[in-house]
Amino acid sequence: MTDTATATSSVLPEGWEMVIGLEVHCELHTATKLFCSCPNSFGDEPNANTCPTCLGLPGSLPVVNEQAVELAMRLGRALRCDVKRSIFARKNYFYPDQPKDYQISQYDLPTNEHGHLDLPSGLRVGITRAHIEEDTGKLNHVGGGGRIHDAAHSLVDYNRAGVPLVEIVSEPDLRTSEQAKEYVAELRAILLATGVSDAKMEEGSMRVDANVSVNRAGEPWGTRCEIKNLNSLRSLGRAIDHEALRQIQLLESGERIRQETRHWDEASGRTGTLRSKEDADDYRYFPEPDLVPLEPTSEDIARIDAALPPLPAARRATLAEAAGVETTDAAVVLAVQRDLDPLALGALGAGADAARVLTHIEHNLAVDGAEALSPEHLATLVKMETGGELTATQAKAVLAEMVETGQDPAAIAKAKGFEALDTGALEAIVDEVIAANPDEWETFRTGDDKARGKLTGFFMGQVMKASKGQADGKAATALLRTRAGL
Amino acid sequence: MSEPATAVEIATAVRSGERSARSVVEAHLAAIEAREADVHAFNLVTADAALARADEVDARVAAGEDPGPLAGVPIALKDNLCTTGVPTTCSSKILDGWRPPYDATVVQRLAAAGAVSVGKTNLDEFAMGSSTENSAFGPTKNPHDLTRVPGGSSGGSAAAVAAGFSPLGLGSDTGGSIRQPAAFCGIVGAKPTYGAVSRYGLVAFASSLDQIGPFATTVADAAVLLEAISGHDPLDSTSLPEAPLALTDHLTRGVEGLRVGVVKELLDAEGIAPDVQARTRAAVEALEAAGAKVEEVSVPAVIYGLSAYYLIAPAEASSNLARYDGVRYGLRVDAPTTGEMMDATRTAGFGPEVERRIMLGTYALSAGYYDAFYGKAQKVRTLIIRDFEAAYERCDVLLSPTAPTTAFPFGAKADPLAMYLNDVCTIPSNLAGHPAISVPFGTGDDGLPIGVQVMAPALAEGTMFQVAAALEAHLAEEGASS
Amino acid sequence: MASISRDDVAHVARLARLQLTDEQIDTFTPQLAAILDHAADVEALQLDDVPPTAHPFPLANVMRPDVARDAGIREAALDGAPEAEDGMFRVPPVLGEAP
Repeated sequence: MTDTATATSSVLPEGWEMVIGLEVHCELHTATKLFCSCPNSFGDEPNANTCPTCLGLPGSLPVVNEQAVELAMRLGRALRCDVKRSIFARKNYFYPDQPKDYQISQYDLPTNEHGHLDLPSGLRVGITRAHIEEDTGKLNHVGGGGRIHDAAHSLVDYNRAGVPLVEIVSEPDLRTSEQAKEYVAELRAILLATGVSDAKMEEGSMRVDANVSVNRAGEPWGTRCEIKNLNSLRSLGRAIDHEALRQIQLLESGERIRQETRHWDEASGRTGTLRSKEDADDYRYFPEPDLVPLEPTSEDIARIDAALPPLPAARRATLAEAAGVETTDAAVVLAVQRDLDPLALGALGAGADAARVLTHIEHNLAVDGAEALSPEHLATLVKMETGGELTATQAKAVLAEMVETGQDPAAIAKAKGFEALDTGALEAIVDEVIAANPDEWETFRTGDDKARGKLTGFFMGQVMKASKGQADGKAATALLRTRAGL
Repeated sequence: MSEPATAVEIATAVRSGERSARSVVEAHLAAIEAREADVHAFNLVTADAALARADEVDARVAAGEDPGPLAGVPIALKDNLCTTGVPTTCSSKILDGWRPPYDATVVQRLAAAGAVSVGKTNLDEFAMGSSTENSAFGPTKNPHDLTRVPGGSSGGSAAAVAAGFSPLGLGSDTGGSIRQPAAFCGIVGAKPTYGAVSRYGLVAFASSLDQIGPFATTVADAAVLLEAISGHDPLDSTSLPEAPLALTDHLTRGVEGLRVGVVKELLDAEGIAPDVQARTRAAVEALEAAGAKVEEVSVPAVIYGLSAYYLIAPAEASSNLARYDGVRYGLRVDAPTTGEMMDATRTAGFGPEVERRIMLGTYALSAGYYDAFYGKAQKVRTLIIRDFEAAYERCDVLLSPTAPTTAFPFGAKADPLAMYLNDVCTIPSNLAGHPAISVPFGTGDDGLPIGVQVMAPALAEGTMFQVAAALEAHLAEEGASS
Repeated sequence: MASISRDDVAHVARLARLQLTDEQIDTFTPQLAAILDHAADVEALQLDDVPPTAHPFPLANVMRPDVARDAGIREAALDGAPEAEDGMFRVPPVLGEAP
């Protein structure tokens, strides 16, 4: 297991490093909002899902949704956090999408603290905290191309106001944009596996803000900037790299970095200033007097732990062990990502060769429907390969059809007329091809490596033609060399 | 019916069919008609709705149903209680004309008990004040003397009951806003245990201190009203899990053997007038004569009560009042941008006392000051609770004056700090979350009413009402024999 | 302990979105200072070992089941809005993102 990585980004100029921390907000998959019984639902008529509480009407009061707490604790345990007594706090600020002009969140005593998430590539990223808070309504800017700066007026829809969120704050343990994307992908996988959120960045049910700073190798960390408006993994990666380069450029020309919040603009590929964090807002946090503490018991936590599904890291570990490879193996990572690990484990359990199984996973099974393949069929296919009945090329074709039709490999191979040539037949074809091309053979036998390389291709082409594609390429090449006395 | 009847008498008569709810309501509307112009207890009299409601009650009786323990009883509701479709202004310009789309829980419970609301009463704006002089719609006058304040912030409800406009009233009490006006107006006013009555639909001032409570002319009426509105509400997370209070049994038990403690620090507090002290001592004698054991006790931390309150209450209020921004309801002052609109709306909509408290509260919570102000004040609460607990090991209830003086003239307490000192005896129970009641107990040198305060531990309203009833009985005897 | 200054009052008024005139700041400052001076007795207390009381009673875990209900107030709420359009609350242009 790697500790905080010394990985440096290849994007940055020599001698520079970056430090990244991520704040991810996820909408929880509940039937109702966090503090009222309005439906937690997307896409309804504006303000259809509102009540005195989520509109912040005078006299209204919040009551906590027990399922939101359950999901938050479940996520906390999936992230290996301490789940503790927590209290809600008011974060006071004025904005029209904030019905009470304060947000009920958690501050000093969050539900979850001190966890970690292990990236597929091996880095362990600390989770500082994962706390519960309510979402805001939505502002629609009318006129001026829908952008806030040129709007003629704005319209507010409070359907989303009060939807339960968990905000997950990572330690600043990430060092490259690739790691940042990996972190978000892994977090998403955990959210889906646990049923906590459907975590769709494009739909806003998962929102990522990135904190980025740069420093010369060996020097203290620099001033960080926060980047918002990242709507996809791709944007996340691009924005982080862009921001790091922007900061480096400023520092190299002798300027200092202002701590601020910047807005990523996908179209232009740049970040722009939103507001300076140096006039930091005074949120005047204080414990929410309309709510009482949450005190999870050890029974609660035991129950949640027992009900956790196998998480991605554990699934990778299980498959890696069964296949005799590292958990960071690309095929293992891909298998779990695409829910192919049950298939792979089943095939391995049925005696299939691990290396072939993983190769198929990595190169041939990253397609829709692959997870429905029967492990026994896959095992059979692999055995046909390792037993010499099918070439790699043939196996690939059979596999594709297995995915499409669900038929067993033997039947498909037979229907396609695939059989690997036996050694005798192969020798006969190779000898025929040699005899039919004496000049080329002479050059192959006596020429330099370069010439031989080119002619290998020529001879392989001939062999394949003569064998109607049934020759095993590797075996044929080996035979050519033997014949040439090499 | 020529004599004012109590809520209990009215309900009994209406339930039995002896009197119609309509005739009761009509009589009270007439009383309002006669004197409301002088007293200005109401922001809004809802006469038509009241008569319609009364007719419904009568129809139920006629159909052989029981409309409930408050059948046909008129009640005045403080105008910070949400009433569906009926303007709820909190006596503020910022909510002028706002009609809630929902009822406060207590309003629903009153309807279920058969009560008939006759209108929304005046208050200090957003319940911030002790005289009802901070109303945006003009002050309410004390029915005993129209040159004097009725107290606050629930001055309108207190005046309504004192003037005979309705036998019952509802107010809210954050630092004494039911008890002090009750004392000034010569009626009964009680604040329940924090969490005993749902706050859902009460426009919030200071969330950890606010409670809704009854005004009445008799202890028994106050008890019946409190029973009707109390009990757990799933819509209020701070609502105690308990069932509604059961109080009427206690009213006739007397005080033989009960241990009563007179709170030294309150009886002798700075600013307590001699005539108020005298009536408090008279109350002590009355209880002793009735068989109680009375002694002086110390609750030392109460001397910090005012300071803690004037840090905690404004802090919570500054946050609770942030929502009045012109976006969703109430007043909006137009401006080119939303930010400017919010600024202009709040500035035009809030009166000076509200502005003062919002700023005080914002300061107390602001970066760098939280620990010294709000944080410290919450620790003082702990000290007060501990000292009360110690006192309650030796006493069943505690006694003190309710207000330092009788009702003062309009404009007499223009200095905010002078006004705040009105609450010195009432604030500690809000901070501790304990119940407290003000019982009229004679008059001052100027002939104006004086109230004495009985305090009890959490959920000991029964004992508290027991003692209050004894004081009332003694006074009645005193009156009968003189 | 230094009490509240004129600048503090101006700053706090801005935080609270109250536009005060100079006159008002002049009036409010001594009033607020007097109140805070009075509260200095609390400030001076040594209370490191005393836990704060947020609620008088130790309630905990008050929650409700995750079951949807239609409050049915949408129309009334929009009718009560200072300005509404297309079923939404209409406000003047909003400058700047949320803090």
